[in-house]
Amino acid sequence: MSEPTPSPTIRAPVTANPTALVWIKTQLFSTPVNALLTILSVWLLIMAVPALLDWAFLQAKYSAQSGQECREVEGACWAFIAEKHRLILFGTYPYEQQWRPLVSVFLLVALVLLSAWRRLWTIWLLPIWIVGLSAVAFLMWGGVFGLTYVENSLWGGLPLTLILATFGVALAFPLGVILALGRRSDLPAIKTICVVYIELIRGVPLISLLFMSSVMLPLFLPEGVTIDKLLRALIAIVLFAAAYVAETVRGGLQAISKGQYEGADSLGLSYWQKTRLVILPQALKIVIAPLVGIFISMFKDTSLVVIIGIFDLTLAAKAALTDPAWQGFSMEVYVFIAAIYFIFCYSMSKYSQALEKRLAVGQQH
Amino acid sequence: MADALIKMHHVNKWYGKFHVLRDINLEVAAGERIVICGPSGSGKSTLIRCLNRLEEHQQGDIIIDGVPLTGDIKGVETIRREVGMVFQHFNLFPHLTVLENLTLGPIWVLKTPKAQAEKEAMIYLERVKIPEQANKFPGQLSGGQQQRVAIARSLCMNPKIMLFDEPTSALDPEMVKEVLDVMVGLAEQGGMTMLVVTHEMGFARKVANRVIFMDQGEIIEENDPVSFFDNPQSDRTKLFLSQILH
Repeated sequence: MSEPTPSPTIRAPVTANPTALVWIKTQLFSTPVNALLTILSVWLLIMAVPALLDWAFLQAKYSAQSGQECREVEGACWAFIAEKHRLILFGTYPYEQQWRPLVSVFLLVALVLLSAWRRLWTIWLLPIWIVGLSAVAFLMWGGVFGLTYVENSLWGGLPLTLILATFGVALAFPLGVILALGRRSDLPAIKTICVVYIELIRGVPLISLLFMSSVMLPLFLPEGVTIDKLLRALIAIVLFAAAYVAETVRGGLQAISKGQYEGADSLGLSYWQKTRLVILPQALKIVIAPLVGIFISMFKDTSLVVIIGIFDLTLAAKAALTDPAWQGFSMEVYVFIAAIYFIFCYSMSKYSQALEKRLAVGQQH
Repeated sequence: MADALIKMHHVNKWYGKFHVLRDINLEVAAGERIVICGPSGSGKSTLIRCLNRLEEHQQGDIIIDGVPLTGDIKGVETIRREVGMVFQHFNLFPHLTVLENLTLGPIWVLKTPKAQAEKEAMIYLERVKIPEQANKFPGQLSGGQQQRVAIARSLCMNPKIMLFDEPTSALDPEMVKEVLDVMVGLAEQGGMTMLVVTHEMGFARKVANRVIFMDQGEIIEENDPVSFFDNPQSDRTKLFLSQILH
């Protein structure tokens, strides 16, 4: 067979690079409404950006001895953050011992980063996590090897937020997957339990769960038995997030065709082999984006523990504001902790996008 | 046939009120190759899907290699180990490579060491003539190639019985032959018990020991291929053959 000769008369249409002027005309001023929106946006930017830059950088005071010095300038008082950053980051943890929560923060971040690395998605992750979390517990509590004991009512700030979020995700995810599988079970008892649980939890706000765990739970426990306040808050967060994880994973499970189940069945795989090797890898891949969404909101929802008096990042920020020498800088503090939350949440979001892209390689249907 | 590998006695099945299998009696000896044909909705797919309990029958007995098919999950898993199935839509696992698709069953069900499972998988890929695709994902293969991978995947389990559920119906016409060639090769090698639901009458003539015609959930007629095609007995068989042979 001879190669078809390209016809000399027919050419592919030439797509010229539009000039800047043409681009502006077609993209920004194509219709009257579009033009109006463009002008409005530009006006808003002109109003907002210089003022913001002025406040945050140009007029800002970066070092000061007292709040009084700061009040003399128009801009932000970052000196306040510099002064109070250890209280905001570590709460009421004993001042001289604050290297311990700092190392814990790095450990937790390292654990999460390691888990994000696909080559480590093996059974090795389990011992890594056990060792890592034990190290965090050891550092935070102390009491052995010459470290002074620090009870967890003194923990606070960023490490506390990270502990709640990391343990929360690590426990809520497997629980949610099991609930999702249970909801699709053929066994009526298991199915009913899972449905009731999921619907019950999704029907109440997290705040009410936190209140219940801190106020009501102790009433039901026998005399003398107490569960730590932090643990109770963590349980409430895990139970809450698991219900949402379950519903999301169920969506992924429903998207898997019957043929996949039959293919696995016909090979003689058992239920758990089929679920682990064939169904879940595909179902979870589909729901990466909404799952990460849940984890992001869970990370932010840990700030709700302030209502039962746990000293997380948000409450620590508030505590920093109570110093009479440095009053009136709430804007700076909240911008600061917002930036911390943003860094963590945005990283998660970026990672989920990258993961989706990588998992999609070579697997088009 | 006292030593039949597959025995179906008075098997009945309903989907709700719809009587999909009516009093099926069938015995298949080891090594026998059977083609099942019939109009769509006649219950032929349901029949072979009952043999590895992808569908449950409600009345009667099905005994595979001495093991009765009941609700007992261990019995079902034992039987599924011995019964391979090839589906109309391949049902390969899209998140695994071709080689991983082939070794999944041997490694997890038969507990074969990974290296050995991969070696055996490559032998079967050679047999279906696509060893060079071992590290691709199913989505990167043509339909015919995917179906050959699916056949190899079933063979890797070393089954006694192979069930084919319309293996060429979802394929583009130019790919039907490559899949049929693999199936003919398997048949000619001998020893494998095959039950094939198909409309490929050329295949039936070539390799079947017996052709079964089903309509409305019943086995209407069964015969050796020559008599079946040249001298059909029932009117329904004649009508069906006239429709598909043009």
